[in-house]
Amino acid sequence: MSNTYRSFGLAAAFAVAALVGGTLLSAVSVSGGLSALAPGDWAAIRFTLWQAALSALISVALAIPVARALARRQFPGQRLLITLLGAPFILPTIVAILGLLMVFGRSGWLNALGGGLHLPEFSIYGAHGVILAHVFFNLPLATRLLLQGWQSIPEERLRLAQSLGIRGWTLFRLIEAPMLRAVCPGAALAIFLICISSFAIALTLGGGPRATTIELAIYQAVRFDFDLGRAGLLAMMQLAITVTATLLALRIAIPDSMGAGMDRRITSSSRDGILPDTLAIAAASLFLLAPLAALAVRGLPHVMELPPAVWSSAMRSLMVASASTLFCVLLSLAIALAAAGGGRRGVLAETLGMSALAASPLVMGIGLFVLIRPVQRPDLAALPVTALVNGIMAVPFALRALIPAVARVERDYGRLAASLGLTGWSRLRLLILPRIRRPLGFAAGLAAALSMGDLGVIALFADGESATLPLQVYRLMSSYRMDQASAGALLLLLLSLGLFWICDRGGRKDVDA
Amino acid sequence: MNRSLILALGLLATPVMAQDKPVLTVYAPDYFASEWGPGPAIETAFEAICECDLEYKTGDLLPRLMLEGDKTDADVGIGFTTDETRRARETGLFAPHEQDVTGLTLPVEWDDDVFLPFNWGHTAFVYDTDYVSDPPASFDALVDAPEDAYRIAIQDPRTSISGLALILWVKSIYGDEAGDVWEELAPKILTVTKGWSEAYGLFSEGEADMVLSFTTSPAYHIIAEGDETVKAAIFPEGHYFMVEQVAKLAGTDVPELADQFMGFVLSETFQSLIPEANWSMPAKLPADRLPEGFQQLEMPEKVLFYDEETAFELRDAAIDEWVAALRR
Repeated sequence: MSNTYRSFGLAAAFAVAALVGGTLLSAVSVSGGLSALAPGDWAAIRFTLWQAALSALISVALAIPVARALARRQFPGQRLLITLLGAPFILPTIVAILGLLMVFGRSGWLNALGGGLHLPEFSIYGAHGVILAHVFFNLPLATRLLLQGWQSIPEERLRLAQSLGIRGWTLFRLIEAPMLRAVCPGAALAIFLICISSFAIALTLGGGPRATTIELAIYQAVRFDFDLGRAGLLAMMQLAITVTATLLALRIAIPDSMGAGMDRRITSSSRDGILPDTLAIAAASLFLLAPLAALAVRGLPHVMELPPAVWSSAMRSLMVASASTLFCVLLSLAIALAAAGGGRRGVLAETLGMSALAASPLVMGIGLFVLIRPVQRPDLAALPVTALVNGIMAVPFALRALIPAVARVERDYGRLAASLGLTGWSRLRLLILPRIRRPLGFAAGLAAALSMGDLGVIALFADGESATLPLQVYRLMSSYRMDQASAGALLLLLLSLGLFWICDRGGRKDVDA
Repeated sequence: MNRSLILALGLLATPVMAQDKPVLTVYAPDYFASEWGPGPAIETAFEAICECDLEYKTGDLLPRLMLEGDKTDADVGIGFTTDETRRARETGLFAPHEQDVTGLTLPVEWDDDVFLPFNWGHTAFVYDTDYVSDPPASFDALVDAPEDAYRIAIQDPRTSISGLALILWVKSIYGDEAGDVWEELAPKILTVTKGWSEAYGLFSEGEADMVLSFTTSPAYHIIAEGDETVKAAIFPEGHYFMVEQVAKLAGTDVPELADQFMGFVLSETFQSLIPEANWSMPAKLPADRLPEGFQQLEMPEKVLFYDEETAFELRDAAIDEWVAALRR
């Protein structure tokens, strides 16, 4: 791998870390130093780690049969289904919580069904509710990352296995397990880190203070006590957990090294295992799509009542999302190129890139405010800052899609390319980009959708007149307009999905198609 | 550098001056200045009399002012809650309001010379008569009700002002027994949300039977939806008073305008905008000038309220009691 890539990638990774670390430091600097943790903070840290680890393990474990089934089967509407299955991940939290409650809540569909059958009422509130919600959010991400792994298994290998009569468990052990070993730790890491900074989900579905997370403690320190020293210390602990978890996951992940295929995929449909595959797809679809259907049913009748201000904020959100997508893709590609090269610098680039997941939006917002205020009116900077921060916050997810893909290209074709003297820009254009279109499209889609849903970083200095769509939905809710808020949420869901679909489709046009 | 680029940079650097009117900068919480809050109507009404341009800057009100300190652009801050005024006062950023506070229509005495109240309400548990046929007649009745009698959504006192008001409400009724009361209430609490909106959302969607909200909440349903089934349960033990306030920044560069705005806050024009724009009680408006939907609201006879010092002293221990009881 050429040194130019490395330097670009490391620079990009440092840019991410500088935003995370710099905003944290500037927030702490206001308070003049760190202050001690409150007694409840340790309980918050324990609960945070426990629920995040469990949520990550369950999400990845469930994603294995789903991704396997989606990789092995072909059926009409499959592409649409794969896009739709990704939707929970990109929903704004409050919307997703309401959707989940419409299905799993006490007056939700599940209990209506159970009540008809005289089953005891199911209560979603408690630690299991937090994990259920986190799995709902993150199973889509895990499934997509693993699906990408399956799609990268060269077809020749499967055909060879078939001709040798290798089937079932042996096939899994010889061909699929090594791929999982390479992909799963990264996927679990990303989910673990998302769940670390979860706040509204844990609180609402956890049923109260049993489910206090670090982010809630940060929120409390800032809003109620204005104790930036304590907020800063908590944010640092969150960062330390992130770095430790990232390094750990990088040690566990073993790159799969079975060599290259013909660089083509041909999906064969054997009848083998069709029943479990169908079941896995059906169960995942039901679990992930029912809350979306509930949201659609709830919001659709009120879409035409939406006031013009909501539509104009939707346009604004689309523009912010486009800008942050471009930014995120450029940064992540640079970091992925450096990280895929391996070595100490590769690990450094990846770890720094993942650090954005640890950022507390509240602390980052304060830090940005302190940094921006001397040079620009903060409210004028609100939208550009949102675009910038959203772009950076999406980098870790984009990296999880891009790093394994770039690493594979390098491993399979790196030596050939080197022997042909393919370097620099032409190497990127001719060798790498055509082979990572799928993950690149997926990464762009994630960045776009995540950026549509974001709220929070600019809470301190949002400009009253340029509200984004999520903020507008929240405003509708806080002025009792729940019907319109449900329609606004549906609009947000549709736009996020639309953006995701466009980017994802762009990447699906295969190099050899 | 070519000339057009220099020109373009120059344009970027110069704030666009639409007119030469003086600008009054008002910091407000996000909800206040939103299209569905009272802000826009108040802006129009004030600009009609002030020969000025009123500009809202929204976001976290007090944290922002504390970060900016005496370099703030704010001339006036509106939307301070009672849990914030103590800390806000300590900053020394604010000037006395110099307004005549006789004739305020508050249920409590008001003698604060810095923070001026502009609207108020009480905490209350709100329910829908279609789903709850036997609402609790008193706080005691709520506490003693069977575990599965009601499912209540409340807000977290660590993140929400109404959640904190609930803690102080319980404390003011039950004192040292507040911890035991929380243990009795815990099984009836469906869940705890970060803010009011989420909890009210759970109630609106039929997930919770009752929600911690305000005595004025039914007015929205009566006036905007023509729905009279949403009620606040009124308790003889009393309800906790919540008030929002406005204050003038000592460092304002337009002191006369700021004073004019402070006076405008208690004017009938401003006050009569409050009920249907902020769904709360105006701080100075005779009952017969209230919209009809508000006149028919049931209001508690007894009002409970801690001054900011007492509330501050009670706060941390009261929150710890709540956490301990609900953690089980």
